[in-house]
Amino acid sequence: MKTWSGAALLVLLSAFAVMPARADRLVVSVSQPQVRITSSFTGAELVVFGVAEARNGDDGAIDVVVTVRGPGESFTTWRKSRVLGLWVNSDSRTFVEAPAFLAVLSSRPTTQIASPETLRVEQIGLNYNILVQRVGPDFADVVPSDPFRTAFLRIQTAQGVYREDPQGVAFLAPRVFRAEVGIPGTAPLGRYTVAVKVFQNGTVSATELSSFDVNKTGFEQKIAEFSQSDGWLYGLAVALGSLVVGFVGNLLFRRD
Amino acid sequence: MTIYLPIAELPIAIFTVFAMGLAVGFISGMFGVGGGFLMTPLLIFTGVPPAVAVASVSPYMAASSFSGALSYWRKGMMDLPLAGVLLTGGLAGTLAGVLLFLWLRMIGQVDLAIRISYTLLLGAIGSLMLVESLKAMVRMRQGLPPTVRRPGTRAWFMRLPLKMRFRRSRIYVSALPVIGIGFIIGLLGAVLGVGGGFILVPALIYLLRVPTQTSVGTSLVLTLVTMAAATVLHAEANGTVDAVLAFVLMVGGTMGAQFGARTGQTLKAEHLRFLLGILVLSVAVRVAVDLVSRPADTFAITQEAQP
Repeated sequence: MKTWSGAALLVLLSAFAVMPARADRLVVSVSQPQVRITSSFTGAELVVFGVAEARNGDDGAIDVVVTVRGPGESFTTWRKSRVLGLWVNSDSRTFVEAPAFLAVLSSRPTTQIASPETLRVEQIGLNYNILVQRVGPDFADVVPSDPFRTAFLRIQTAQGVYREDPQGVAFLAPRVFRAEVGIPGTAPLGRYTVAVKVFQNGTVSATELSSFDVNKTGFEQKIAEFSQSDGWLYGLAVALGSLVVGFVGNLLFRRD
Repeated sequence: MTIYLPIAELPIAIFTVFAMGLAVGFISGMFGVGGGFLMTPLLIFTGVPPAVAVASVSPYMAASSFSGALSYWRKGMMDLPLAGVLLTGGLAGTLAGVLLFLWLRMIGQVDLAIRISYTLLLGAIGSLMLVESLKAMVRMRQGLPPTVRRPGTRAWFMRLPLKMRFRRSRIYVSALPVIGIGFIIGLLGAVLGVGGGFILVPALIYLLRVPTQTSVGTSLVLTLVTMAAATVLHAEANGTVDAVLAFVLMVGGTMGAQFGARTGQTLKAEHLRFLLGILVLSVAVRVAVDLVSRPADTFAITQEAQP
């Protein structure tokens, strides 16, 4: 991992050296293009490297925000309330195509980097990431203080799939940064996008997109594919397997 | 040590799951219950999505009930004709249960319906078993025969037409109540996601007066058939059967079931019923507490099924 990251950084720096001279240059590299899930998978650590050049003539300090978004899925947030002494799901909101994983890593607290208006436009931070709700026939995001929205963010954060880290981006040199993205074992599968935004004086000076995939491999992939391609056969195989296990178990422990 | 579950899509501690299989297997072998009413909540508590938990418990129950059933079969404590008649009602009940489940989902209160029926059903059955077995134990102390008079032999539902003789169970009853019991078991199994052994065993004992040991053996056959069928149906309809999870549970479960079955045969029947009563009642209390106590978080997230 270490050598790999080092090599990636080298490639990145050399790419930067041959880049044509223009304003707001930003190069980004993800340490692994693919996270492979094997039977011993408990999570993975990816590193996002980047090199940014300041705006023409202006070599003041920069801020970097790395936003990693997992595949979109629909979630329903339920509110429980007391009916006749019982706690029941009383009302709900559905979040359509919300990222199943969301990590916002920045070089300092996002509220210090830019104004709320800019953060909203650029979708920086959990509070400003657009989460579309289905409200009757309409689809819309709501104010950040909406109870269903805050509950959604709170629960996703508690489950480790949403994260905000104001110290997540570290500078190796004034213009070279790295960010560690921890993928939990329960991470959803699919394509993750990495959006890197460089801020200078409260405005975005450069943006770069990258991505990586989280996928099953080997035995795990075969099992999943079998169950999807031929459910009947898969079910029969599992049912027969269970009879064999039951039979063998009985034989092994037979005493009479 | 953890292992990644390919269908549930999460890593899980392998020894924890194995131990759960062992413990629930022991209980199911001892009482002749499938153990679904214990295993499914345990898996969900471990973090397995409910849909995967319900579906993957089916092959586990098929394995442990097959293993247990073989032991009872060798000892002749199994009534296959009785199991056959129960199954005819059971299959019809399963179909009705699936339709009822669909309707509950349509009105959006399936969760609540399941919790309330769990509490009522388990509470009622658990209390009945506890009271009855305590009475039997008191009679034992007084030096009376442990089994009460069998007034049920002349109950109205046993005198219905279509009389059948079940030799192993030493009963001569109408097939109609047997089919009816099978129907209710199938219905509850489909709606509540349980094998129904904990309902079937007492029903056979108290309603049809089948000897306890034979009830357990016969119930295992029924669990075996319905759970094997459920495995195939879940795999085809929902694609939520996790073979790796099921296998780990199975290995623990079959081992546990063997020890459980042996322990069960050495225990006195009324003690067995007393213990099962306590177990069923405590699950009921657990569910009831969840229903009435304020949840830690009044919000919850459910992930919508993938299209």
